[in-house]
Amino acid sequence: MQLGRPAPLLFICAMMFGFGFLLVPLYTVFCEWAGINGKTAGAYQQTQEAIVVEDREVKVQFVGNHNANLSWPFKPNQAQVKVQIGVQNQVKFTVVNPTSRSVVAQAVPSVAPSEAAPFLHKIECFCFRQQPLLAGEVKEMPLVFFLDAKLPAHIKKITLSYTLFDVTPAI
Amino acid sequence: MSTQAADIDHGDHDHGPAKGITRWLYSTNHKDIGTMYLIFSLVMLFIGGSMAFVIRAELFQPGLQLIEPEFFNQMITMHGLIMVFGAVMPAFVGLANWMIPMMIGAPDMALPRLNNLSFWILPFAFALMMSTLFMDGGGPNFGWTFYAPLSTTYAPPSVTFFIFAIHLLGASSIMGAINVIVTIMNMRAPGMTYFKMPMFCWTWLITAFLLIAVMPVLAGVVTMMLMDIHFATAFFDAGGGGDPVLFQHVFWFFGHPEVYIMILPSFGVVSQVIPTFSRKKLFGYHSMVYAIIAIAVLSFVVWAHHMFTVGMPFVGELFFMYTTMLIAIPTGVKIFNWISTMFRGSMTFETPMLYSIGFVVLFTIGGLSGIMLALAPVDMVYQDTYFVVAHFHYVLVPGAIFGIFAAVYYWLPKWTGKMYDEGLAKLHFWVSFIGLNLTFFPMHFVGLAGMPRRIPDYPLQFADFNMIVSIGAFMFGTSQLIFVYVLIKTLRKGEPAEQLPWEGAEGLEWTLPTPAPYHSFPTPPTVE
Amino acid sequence: MFKKVAVFGLFLALVPTVAFSDWQLNLNRGVTDTSIAVYDLHMLVLYICVAISVVVFGVMFWSIYHHRKSKGFESHEFHDSTALEILWTIVPTIILIVILFPATKALINSYDTEESDIDIQITGYQWKWRYKYIGEDLDFFSVLTTPTDEIRNKSEKNENYLLEVDKPLVVPINKKIRFLLTSNDVIHAWWVPDLAVKKDAIPGFINEDWTRINEVGIYRGQCAELCGKDHGFMPIVVKAVTQEDYVIWLAEQKALKEIEAAASQADWSMEALLVKGEGVYIKNCAACHQPNGMGIPPVFPAIKGSPIALGPIGTHLATVFEGRPGTAMAGFGEQLSSVDIAAVITYQRNAWGNEVGDMLSPTDVDKLKGGE
Repeated sequence: MQLGRPAPLLFICAMMFGFGFLLVPLYTVFCEWAGINGKTAGAYQQTQEAIVVEDREVKVQFVGNHNANLSWPFKPNQAQVKVQIGVQNQVKFTVVNPTSRSVVAQAVPSVAPSEAAPFLHKIECFCFRQQPLLAGEVKEMPLVFFLDAKLPAHIKKITLSYTLFDVTPAI
Repeated sequence: MSTQAADIDHGDHDHGPAKGITRWLYSTNHKDIGTMYLIFSLVMLFIGGSMAFVIRAELFQPGLQLIEPEFFNQMITMHGLIMVFGAVMPAFVGLANWMIPMMIGAPDMALPRLNNLSFWILPFAFALMMSTLFMDGGGPNFGWTFYAPLSTTYAPPSVTFFIFAIHLLGASSIMGAINVIVTIMNMRAPGMTYFKMPMFCWTWLITAFLLIAVMPVLAGVVTMMLMDIHFATAFFDAGGGGDPVLFQHVFWFFGHPEVYIMILPSFGVVSQVIPTFSRKKLFGYHSMVYAIIAIAVLSFVVWAHHMFTVGMPFVGELFFMYTTMLIAIPTGVKIFNWISTMFRGSMTFETPMLYSIGFVVLFTIGGLSGIMLALAPVDMVYQDTYFVVAHFHYVLVPGAIFGIFAAVYYWLPKWTGKMYDEGLAKLHFWVSFIGLNLTFFPMHFVGLAGMPRRIPDYPLQFADFNMIVSIGAFMFGTSQLIFVYVLIKTLRKGEPAEQLPWEGAEGLEWTLPTPAPYHSFPTPPTVE
Repeated sequence: MFKKVAVFGLFLALVPTVAFSDWQLNLNRGVTDTSIAVYDLHMLVLYICVAISVVVFGVMFWSIYHHRKSKGFESHEFHDSTALEILWTIVPTIILIVILFPATKALINSYDTEESDIDIQITGYQWKWRYKYIGEDLDFFSVLTTPTDEIRNKSEKNENYLLEVDKPLVVPINKKIRFLLTSNDVIHAWWVPDLAVKKDAIPGFINEDWTRINEVGIYRGQCAELCGKDHGFMPIVVKAVTQEDYVIWLAEQKALKEIEAAASQADWSMEALLVKGEGVYIKNCAACHQPNGMGIPPVFPAIKGSPIALGPIGTHLATVFEGRPGTAMAGFGEQLSSVDIAAVITYQRNAWGNEVGDMLSPTDVDKLKGGE
């Protein structure tokens, strides 16, 4: 290879520029796999019956936050539930739009400890879709999830946090 | 290394420089472009340094005295950006321009027009970057690491200009790097095999490869910022499915090799200077080369040690702690080799040697604090404190800047044909050396005591050390005026230099007449 | 010798010693097992580094002293030695391994997974911290209380200058406390040196850390990640108390909350609101909009003469309550009580030459807060 010519060197540059962008999907895949940042995957595709572990209970806490661009009340209806491994649970979050402005909101999930993130499977979640919130609307938003039997044994408490962002398209 | 072509006939090919300003504007001559790079970086050193003055003046005492926090943040950001991209990197490219053709026996750089372009981009890029300071909302105020979302959603409007300036700087660096690689790979004199190349050329070759590998990644990350800000993408915005931590990963994937880009050419300079003034060959030439390659390769797998507090999984922290510690081994090899080069040599201590010894001592201190910082559990405490500030200034100021001073004093007689004033130059060294340590050593203490970095005001228990730091900084900064005076005095009334001003110096550059002719080696010398 | 002492004395005399300045050189040992482990590891590595530099610099300066041309020392052919190269590759490797053992152990301990007793969510805001006790109905902001006069050198700085807040984080000792960190805007980092806890608070994501404090006391820290203009002015104060005191404190806080709720039902005169509003303004708004209402345009616009402050009161309330998406203006709907919001809006509309003349009643704000 004639490395000592400008063309191949420029080619390396172009490749590395592309690599910078390639890091974005790579990172996302890696995060979901390793649970970095407590990132969770999208809707869980159930391929086989979930294994239920009868004698193992895990506490799951829920936290509702919001970004600076949307400071409205946003809360889980219950702060904590005890969950049996493999059993589906439903919880609800309530959001209030106290203003006279209709917006579109997006909830971003995050799990602590991040180690647990790959084992928290969401069947249904308001975070999968953007949520239109009309002026003055009070909305209950459901979440259905279960915990995988592969959840590391030392994890006894999981916090699932949602942060609400205003993603209303600019007009 | 010896050469057969000590005496070269320049008669036919030698046409001198063009007259007037066009000599500089249209220059394709490696020496002229090298000179412009060096002068540019000196100007930038003073601009970045005066910003450090502003910072240290505000931090002289607790309380807000001189500037507002908003402006303080712009100062720390611009200080970092200007020193990294304006002072250190152009100075190294300038040295590469001057020295690489002379050291490998080439007439000029391989791509002279590209060379002209890569220099002339710089003044415009920096004009663009510094103009942001006068814009509504001020200049970049998010630190030189510009973490999203502070640099995207929460940035002042001028951030777009900052992004374009970074793009231009990156393009300039990439062009410079391509030129260095093509020159070294194609234009070595007959007989100059890779393993006969002077160490400075080796370090620059590796640096150039690092540059073309990581500058595009920096370009990528600022492009993503640009798209987030203006085109409604969400690379770094969690609300749109992005992740601010991704920014840090991509940034430091560029950033860590970048810090080696700022140190490797200095390794090269010191590896030229120490053997000369020890009158002895460089100890362990081959292991030095392998050590540089090892450092360069490892620099790609350590980036997340800048992010230990970001909340990584256990395995991640462990991995980055171990790889970071590994870098200590090749770095240690280099330091031991330099010391062994001095060992049982016949040393004299002219200014370049003083700067090189200063480099070895202070860089080692910076390296040792680097080992401490590499330990993830302790880094939880050091992270983002003045301990980190002390560490990277110990690595970069004596590392990069002292290396550059050593190089300038070492080759100045060959460049200008005149000797500098040794007494004044030594004064410059000693005042710089004391000022530098007075500035950066107490930073270790305030950092350990708990002072975060990038704050415009601080609790009272840090007051005394901060005052000492500020005094040291004023001393270090002012001492650079001596350097300017030495340069002017050399040019105005320096004694004529001999062809071989240093007794122990070896290498092709010293076979040229003094001052070095406009075109170095019209016919290539042969290296045995 | 005498001369040296004199010079040193002169030096000391020249340095004006600020009261409370304590020349601290080293890390605090701290008050948790983690911080003590970190301290021990730090000292171990520090000693190793000092030992390495003594040896390395010792050889170098010995050589510099003896192998000089001015002493007539001739240079030797000594420029390659495989044995030496191997030696100084292996010895550092061994040293590194020696360091890595305790480091790895400390790292494993910091990932302790034992179940926590108390969970506290910490949210970073520009430029204050919010603490939410999960499972307790307790949630408050913690804001710097150092007066502007001290920062601007108009009055003498107090002992805890820049390290004091209105409401500290109160926690019991000897309990495992789990921190959940996130941010409302940009990245912050919550750092208390004595606990050896430092973790980034990242918008949209939640991070985890923990501590178990061994001693009663007040521990102070600061934000460690550049987060904008007032990064240096968002301290952290942790007050560690006994379990009994903690229970009492919890009860007090809940009682206070009820009093606050009652206050918004009370009848507020415009004068009372103006007086209260000025205080609220100085504490929450003045950092950006400046005490004189002039702001720092264009990022922080002026309130004096602004169309919002002079326009319809509903828009004004919405701006303060929700903030301005895409700008530095955060929403204060949750952060301030109804009375505070009403007071500060009334103040803004009637200060610095703004003369709208109307007032906002706390009950109007209550309506907006209705969701809670």
